[in-house]
Amino acid sequence: MSATPLRLATLDYSVLQQCMHCGMCLPSCPTYDATKLERHSPRGRIALMRAIADKELPLTKKFGEEMYYCLGCLACTTACPAGVNYAELFEVARADIETSGVLDKPKRNVIRWLTVKFIFTRPRLLRFVGRLLYFYQALGLQTLVRKLRLTALLPKSLRELEPLTPTARRHFSDALIREIETPPQRRYRVGLLTGCVQDLIYSELNRDTADVLLVHACEVVTPRLQHCCGSLHAHNGELELAREMARRNITALEKSAGSLEKLDAIISNAGGCGSHLKHYAHLLHDDPAFAARAKLWSQKLKDIHEWLAEIGLQHPAPAPHVERVTYHESCHLCHGQKITQSPRNLLRVIPGLDFVELPESNWCCGSAGIYNITQPEMSKKLLDRKLAHLVRTGATVVASANPGCSVQLEAGLRQAKSQVRVVHPISLLAEAFRRAKK
Amino acid sequence: MINIKIIITDLIALLGAERVLTAPEDLIPYSFDGTAAQKQRPRCVVFPKTPEEIAAVLRIAKAKNLPVVTRGSGTGLSGGSLPVPDCIALCLVQMDRVLKLDEKNLTILVEAGVVTQKIAELADAAGLLYPPDPGSMKISTIGGNVAENAGGLRGLKYGVTRDYVMGMEVVLADGRIVWLGSQCVKDVAGYSMKDVFIGSEGTLGVITKVLLKLVPKPQAKKTLLATFARMDAAAETVSAIIAAKIIPCTLEFLDKVTIKCVEEYAHIGLPLDAEALLLMETDGHPAVVEEEARRMEQIARQHGAATVSIAQSAEEAAKLATARRSAFSALARVSPTTILEDATVPRSELARMIRFIQEVGARHQLRVATFGHMGDGNLHPTFLTDERNVAEMERVEHAMQEIFDYALKLGGTITGEHGVGVAKKKFLPGAIGDASLGLMRQLKRTLDPDNLLNPGKIFDL
Repeated sequence: MSATPLRLATLDYSVLQQCMHCGMCLPSCPTYDATKLERHSPRGRIALMRAIADKELPLTKKFGEEMYYCLGCLACTTACPAGVNYAELFEVARADIETSGVLDKPKRNVIRWLTVKFIFTRPRLLRFVGRLLYFYQALGLQTLVRKLRLTALLPKSLRELEPLTPTARRHFSDALIREIETPPQRRYRVGLLTGCVQDLIYSELNRDTADVLLVHACEVVTPRLQHCCGSLHAHNGELELAREMARRNITALEKSAGSLEKLDAIISNAGGCGSHLKHYAHLLHDDPAFAARAKLWSQKLKDIHEWLAEIGLQHPAPAPHVERVTYHESCHLCHGQKITQSPRNLLRVIPGLDFVELPESNWCCGSAGIYNITQPEMSKKLLDRKLAHLVRTGATVVASANPGCSVQLEAGLRQAKSQVRVVHPISLLAEAFRRAKK
Repeated sequence: MINIKIIITDLIALLGAERVLTAPEDLIPYSFDGTAAQKQRPRCVVFPKTPEEIAAVLRIAKAKNLPVVTRGSGTGLSGGSLPVPDCIALCLVQMDRVLKLDEKNLTILVEAGVVTQKIAELADAAGLLYPPDPGSMKISTIGGNVAENAGGLRGLKYGVTRDYVMGMEVVLADGRIVWLGSQCVKDVAGYSMKDVFIGSEGTLGVITKVLLKLVPKPQAKKTLLATFARMDAAAETVSAIIAAKIIPCTLEFLDKVTIKCVEEYAHIGLPLDAEALLLMETDGHPAVVEEEARRMEQIARQHGAATVSIAQSAEEAAKLATARRSAFSALARVSPTTILEDATVPRSELARMIRFIQEVGARHQLRVATFGHMGDGNLHPTFLTDERNVAEMERVEHAMQEIFDYALKLGGTITGEHGVGVAKKKFLPGAIGDASLGLMRQLKRTLDPDNLLNPGKIFDL
């Protein structure tokens, strides 16, 4: 047995005590809503964490399973009047679970090692995997495999996941965006974070983001080789790796920009990544070489919608074009970063877009990082709920500002044989600027 | 000694394994309700779906002499649904069917596990109003509301849960299922037995269905926000409004600490420099609303209000009310433990009570934030403390005792709307006297001779 003391036990106890179990979080929690069991609720999970910290309960397998049943959507943090820092509790609990090994199983260990620890810490390798996927899809092999029903040969768990496979792009972000791009009139200078999976499957969004920034008089600095932001690691109990990813990303941007001081902002266009990227200061607060730099990083880190609202959103010129659009909120954009109005305002200024609200827009779509892989059943329930609302809006475009949500929604829509497109609000804005130019 | 294994086997045979929880990871989340610093693990948690199943659970419990504690969403603030040692926690959240919304008779019949908010929404959609709106209404169950006789923000004009219960189905301790009350506006056929169960905190029977009265939705509504430089000036304003024979639907009070916490949570632009704030709402016929709002503004200004503003839209008014409902939980931002009290005084005594709370807090070196339904004389002085600080918790106890004593001296009560549960139990004898307490005990012994239902709550037998 490892002698490492549990992080839950050494954590500042007031974080746990902050929850006064009033129950206001219950109706906002998708897993409580689906099961009506307190164990699957935020206050129930916090009670379990507190019991572990108080040594009333050992860290058990059941606790481990419970913490991986939680989506980590953070809807409870929006609902919580007491301001409980559930995001931190969630990460610390999962880290303890991984350290303790209560969930260890050969298959799980191999998959975790290969993905979280190996591929997602090596951006060149990740791009290579992306390249392979591109050729597999571009050469028609994926279509062939699906037509011949060769997927039936896969083990059940993989077979069910196969339809989720996103489409890899031919060109990744570094081929689409130069390291430094300067607008004719420069008012700001910003760093652009292109993400890891997003770089492979939505690289055009990164180009669109750069374009929109250029329209807004921002010089754009884009490091060539960027690492995963580390949210995958932090949310899956690998806090040390998360810290390492943070260090590497800070260093890479410093190298491209000269120093972080020389940037007015650091831009993220992915809700989930942005939420985590803003926490580098906390993540590295006790690392003497990085604490100050991480603090600067967090101060400058802005979600793209937030940044455009701050510097004054430019309105594209009117152009004939009519489409109904609705907005699905990424959990970590609305609950993690509390950004709810600026994406809507942005969609409202795009000429020709008829914006309609999506009922339960801030209810998790079930993507939740890799939740759709680890908990397919609950994930599917949430996706169905989301799609039902989507259909009722009559929108032909659903705007989504997080790659995880987009993959999930696209897969759901594809299976439902729906023509509805999933597009990032910034891509819609970039399209409008391009249309206006013509 | 109870053979718990046999009981669990019986319960599983009755309900199925899915609806009987016994693992520690399942029980710990049912070891508390919304009350601070109270914790007790039940032996098991069961989820019945019908009154017959509840009757069967009670028979099993009776045969093995095991206590039963009924709960809904566990949002109570006096420990009414807190488990007792070795109990079966009887959780009614799966009994959540809305049985009938009767628009001809203006009633709604629901199962006990229906969430209060849902009743409010259904009524609203039918052009009606279910007035009781306790702070936790977005998740509290109606069964719990009835068992605790919950209040809310509209108590002043509309009364509390009791005023809306026309009938109910109850499972008695011996397993008999009875219907009490009727759909009739007038009904004096025998004792009003439903009233015995309202506010009985799960000690006399298990409420399984409730027939509620609805009222027409008011045509107009106006919300005012007044700020004060002194807390007692706000209290004097409330007393003056009542004395001027105006009964608005809401007169809510927040002190400076509460304002700050609520604003941190809700971001609705509350004035952070005010010592006290009154949220005033009048509803009804448009002309009356206009007139009452004008007079309330006048009275507030006469009593030293620094500013009085009017909510510009229904949306803004709703935001203010929602923010106010979060006050108690928002106060948890300040300190690890928040001990909430519920002292209530006649409305003419509000300013004296407010001054006394301030004085007691200062004398015991405690941080006290006060908010509450001032129009009802119902205050929520809240101690901002840390349960691990033994010396400070002792001072909280003393301060609490003094506040209750003073409230009683002013002709008030120890709890206006949260119930006695375990939190106020030791203050009850002083509040109601031996004769009244004796009658309650006699009633309890008659209806629950084996003391199976929520034993040790409100009073000991």
